[in-house]
Amino acid sequence: MKESKRLLLSGDEAIALAARDAGVALGAGYPGTPSTEILEAFAGYGGRAQWSPNEKVAMEVTIGAAFAGARALCTMKHVGLNVASDPLFTAAYTGVSGALIVVSADDPGMASSQNEQDNRRYAVAAGIPMLEPSDSQEAYDFMFAAIEISERWKIPVLFRVTTRVCHSYTVVQPHETAEPLRAASFERDIRGRVMIPPHARPAHRRLRQKLAAMQEWNESCRLNHIVEGSNSLGIITSGISFMHVREAAPDARVLKLGFTHPLPMNRIAQFAKSVGRCQVIEEGDPYLADAIRAAGIPVEGKPEIYRFGELDVPRVRRILSNDISPEPAKPPGKPPQLCDACYYRIVFESLRKRDCIVAGDIGCYTLGVLQPFEAMDTCVCMGASLGVGLGLRHVLPPDQARRVVSVIGDSTFLHTGINGLVEMVYNPPQTGHVLIILDNSTTAMTGHQEHPGTGRTLLHEPAGKVVIEDVARSLGIRRVHVIEPRSGTDDFDRLLAECLDSSELAVIIARRPCILIAKQLKQYEDQRCECPGASQAAGDCAIPGSPAPLSP
Amino acid sequence: MKKAINVVVAGIGGQGVLKGTDILADVALRAGYDVKKSEIKGMSQRGGSVTGDVRFGDRVFSPMVPGGEADFLLVLEPTQVEPHRYMLRAGGVLITPDAVDASRLPNRKTLNVALLGTLSSHLPMAEDVWLEALRAGFAESFHEGNRTAFLAGREGRKAAGIKP
Repeated sequence: MKESKRLLLSGDEAIALAARDAGVALGAGYPGTPSTEILEAFAGYGGRAQWSPNEKVAMEVTIGAAFAGARALCTMKHVGLNVASDPLFTAAYTGVSGALIVVSADDPGMASSQNEQDNRRYAVAAGIPMLEPSDSQEAYDFMFAAIEISERWKIPVLFRVTTRVCHSYTVVQPHETAEPLRAASFERDIRGRVMIPPHARPAHRRLRQKLAAMQEWNESCRLNHIVEGSNSLGIITSGISFMHVREAAPDARVLKLGFTHPLPMNRIAQFAKSVGRCQVIEEGDPYLADAIRAAGIPVEGKPEIYRFGELDVPRVRRILSNDISPEPAKPPGKPPQLCDACYYRIVFESLRKRDCIVAGDIGCYTLGVLQPFEAMDTCVCMGASLGVGLGLRHVLPPDQARRVVSVIGDSTFLHTGINGLVEMVYNPPQTGHVLIILDNSTTAMTGHQEHPGTGRTLLHEPAGKVVIEDVARSLGIRRVHVIEPRSGTDDFDRLLAECLDSSELAVIIARRPCILIAKQLKQYEDQRCECPGASQAAGDCAIPGSPAPLSP
Repeated sequence: MKKAINVVVAGIGGQGVLKGTDILADVALRAGYDVKKSEIKGMSQRGGSVTGDVRFGDRVFSPMVPGGEADFLLVLEPTQVEPHRYMLRAGGVLITPDAVDASRLPNRKTLNVALLGTLSSHLPMAEDVWLEALRAGFAESFHEGNRTAFLAGREGRKAAGIKP
């Protein structure tokens, strides 16, 4: 066996390799565990990949590419699809000319997320086809199938994976040759692409016709298959659960579903009839069980306690033996914490000392909620610190309102916090407000990805740079301060006190590069200085971390 | 190998837990086995616990080692032994930093490689396959140090003794 043809790849890498081999012209997304590595690997394989400020923009960029006839890939974690759902729902109506594959990487068990929503529901809500691979080989193979489906029915496809598919490494045998990129070309289709009501009404009907046709096609689709076994126990399953099932119940007859929306109900009914007991094994919500039972097919779902957390082999065994006794608690591991030398520590010490009410956000700094700081009071979703902080300020009595501070990171600010800043200017609380932007010049929590504020592309090459303080000033905020928090001085604390006391709108940008990549950032910046086109392409050559002027 | 071998590697961020599982999985792949590797790493850079599961054999299904079914538990950080002991099957082998003579390691960073050396002495894959995978998995300049650490772990096992 040739070694080059037998690779050990993560699910994320397999998706990326398939995208490259299938001639995907553009990949866009926003970093988020467990999806981040897809675009990084796609770029590594030579694909054109870029980080967008947020998932909604990434979705729109890839919709545009797919309108032009290209094959496009959009990647995000599950909660990212909430942000991107607006364009997705209407792209289901418009359809696409090329292919649009939307990867939703769900995180059952919340290894690194704020909720464990089950995005299979999005396929139903938007009315788009959904594929669910079970390992890296299927992640690779299903990408080609997803593109085929997308192009055949001219519709975006939801490619739903989970943490254990994304981050498990399994053997992949890729295709011998890669397909070339197809030339994109614009064809006018005003009735199909411009969703004013007279165009959208027939588009909605077309969508439901496509779904009916896809359901029929799915009845004999090769993406679903039966593993033969004893007829006394039949199991219907999909995704990573299939692997647990094969190990927990090696003798069962299994209907393994890969194309999970719209469901092949005739095939499912036949299977259910062919076995004695028919059990559905799925992670998260009872999506399959509910849909199958609603179609009048008698199957058993899992007990409610298995809605929560990941499944694994022991839990599947428990479901099969209908065991609802309390599960043994896993011993706690060592929790993460802010790095010892992280400058965020200085900020959280100050927030705690001043007894601030902190509306927090998503990133490393969310760890400020843990001991010894316990200096975060809310954390809802990307960008929420602004709106939540403002809402608190609007209704709290003045003595409490004056202590409310919003805290957000640089990447998160540019993701969706920026809209909250517009709200702050438009509907300022009577007591003013203080926003702290923790700018460590990277998207640290997900593994140090670039963003529009770093002035570098996904591949760390020079790009346009959004200067956060300029954005704040351009909105008319007068108190915009840039400070480098340092231990051994109380500069930051004094600035915070001054802003809290002012009763005005204030933005404090606490800027210092993440210590984990300070050296790397210096290298990128040096490269930028050597790049002849840098001054035009990417503004000045400031080294991040050099003391920034304090601006009152 | 009819029944798959289950290995769990545990430690904290920065110790090379995932590098260790990368090497082990690559060795199993090179030896022609079906192999799966699973890891939880979302918070690893913030000093939290990190574990990686490697399973290999004729055919592997779930990428996760079921609790109580690990044949080998490699722990790089002593505080992480107790939280992960439940993973080990009865009669399974626990490999801790005690298994190697620290004075024989070129530096502390090679502990993960040394413990792989100890693990290797229990497994059927040939020594040169391990060394090939080590060479491929690191920059060439690290190879001599890694080789020394690997062999120290591979040979030092009997002297250090292994608790089940």
